[in-house]
Amino acid sequence: MIKVKVENLKKNFGSLEVLKDINMEVKEGEVVCLIGPSGSGKSTFLRCLNKLEEPTAGVIIVDDYDLMAKTSDINKIRENIGMVFQQFNLFPHLSVLQNIMLAPVDRKRMTKEQAEEKAKKLLDRVGLLEKADVYPASLSGGQQQRVAIARALAMEPDIMLFDEPTSALDPEMVGEVLEVMKQLAAEGMTMVVVTHEMGFAREVADRVVFMDGGYIVEEGTPEEVFGNPQNKRTQDFLNKVL
Amino acid sequence: MGEIFVTAMTNMFPQAGHFALAVGGSSNFFEYAVSISPRLFEGLKMTIAMTVCSLILGILVGLLSCFCSISKSFILNKLSGAYLSIIRGTPLMVQATFIYFGLSAALNMPITSFTASIIVLMLNSGAYLSEIFRSGISAINKGQMEAARSLGLPHGVAMRKIILPQAFRIVIPSVTNQFIITLKDTSILSVIGVAEMMRQSQQLIANNFRAFETYAIVAVWYYVLVIILTKLFKLLERRLAN
Repeated sequence: MIKVKVENLKKNFGSLEVLKDINMEVKEGEVVCLIGPSGSGKSTFLRCLNKLEEPTAGVIIVDDYDLMAKTSDINKIRENIGMVFQQFNLFPHLSVLQNIMLAPVDRKRMTKEQAEEKAKKLLDRVGLLEKADVYPASLSGGQQQRVAIARALAMEPDIMLFDEPTSALDPEMVGEVLEVMKQLAAEGMTMVVVTHEMGFAREVADRVVFMDGGYIVEEGTPEEVFGNPQNKRTQDFLNKVL
Repeated sequence: MGEIFVTAMTNMFPQAGHFALAVGGSSNFFEYAVSISPRLFEGLKMTIAMTVCSLILGILVGLLSCFCSISKSFILNKLSGAYLSIIRGTPLMVQATFIYFGLSAALNMPITSFTASIIVLMLNSGAYLSEIFRSGISAINKGQMEAARSLGLPHGVAMRKIILPQAFRIVIPSVTNQFIITLKDTSILSVIGVAEMMRQSQQLIANNFRAFETYAIVAVWYYVLVIILTKLFKLLERRLAN
């Protein structure tokens, strides 16, 4: 079953064409890693998938909802698309538990009691149950990112988007976040991950997509893309980062 | 005890007493200060009433104008801009006399000087508060809004539950400042005859010609009032920081 379908996606910032013509599909349970040099448009592409960026043109279908249709309720659609940011973006004025409970309760997905139970279960899963009542400022970067993952999961999304989730972390904390993501992938979550962690992409991705200059230049299994890249630009990029 | 204090102070500042005698007062400075305190206290009540009423209304006007200025509507932007520019571009005393003498006559709708002064101070503080609120909101990292929206929260909910609570803490020092400015601005409304502290002292002077002491005393009253307010807001700020 196709979870995400993107056709002829274009995105301009003023006169700058960031995404020129993107076509892609993501199947249910698939883990897709987007790699590429900075400025290649991979983060912009990811942010188009839940319309944090308004696409200039093209078709985006997520979960059978047409994101570009004027009649679509974007808030309703976003409830099913979790997103994890590079800068965590936890709400600093709310405790860890409140961060996770806010959306499910506000969107009437769950009662307060259900949301609290769910939040604690998720915190336990990311190994931070004892941090439920503290505020984000007292957590390390790796802990904050794990809470951010739990917060996104609290809405029980079908798809998770990760925007360079480990890029802002100290090296020793990268592992704990990737571990949570691996676990999630193993449980069958559909994931689209923008990452510079080639090791993670190689190990976890079902498909690796290399982007450059606003186009998808090459895609395939990790073995294909990392082991035998066909395109010159992919080869150059991989030579630099591996 | 009070007597000892008065004697001690008179010894320390003998010229104050002499000056009082020179301008025709019968009592020395400190006895005079005590003797006019009931009158100033009447004024003080009015000053505080004006400040509190106009600031509560000013905060509402400020919020409204702030939302207009950050909204996507061109007309609301312009409306808010025009309001700010008019208030900033004209002196408070002109605004007060215009509304009290000018507008009430033109509309043939007599209003009390108290009502006029509340309207003027409300419009005045509202304009400055609007700018304070706007800068507070724009100081919040845009990742906060994105994180809230990515969870499916509508814009209004994200604003109310995520952005405004954080902006509120940021703007407290500036709001304190505006509070103090408005408090002091009430003295200007003595020109339209509101019986606040400044007006009370002017009336005292009209009777006894003790201008130096009366204005000195009323200055001390304002000063102490401002110090107390500043301390109260500092307390509030600290409480919210925890």
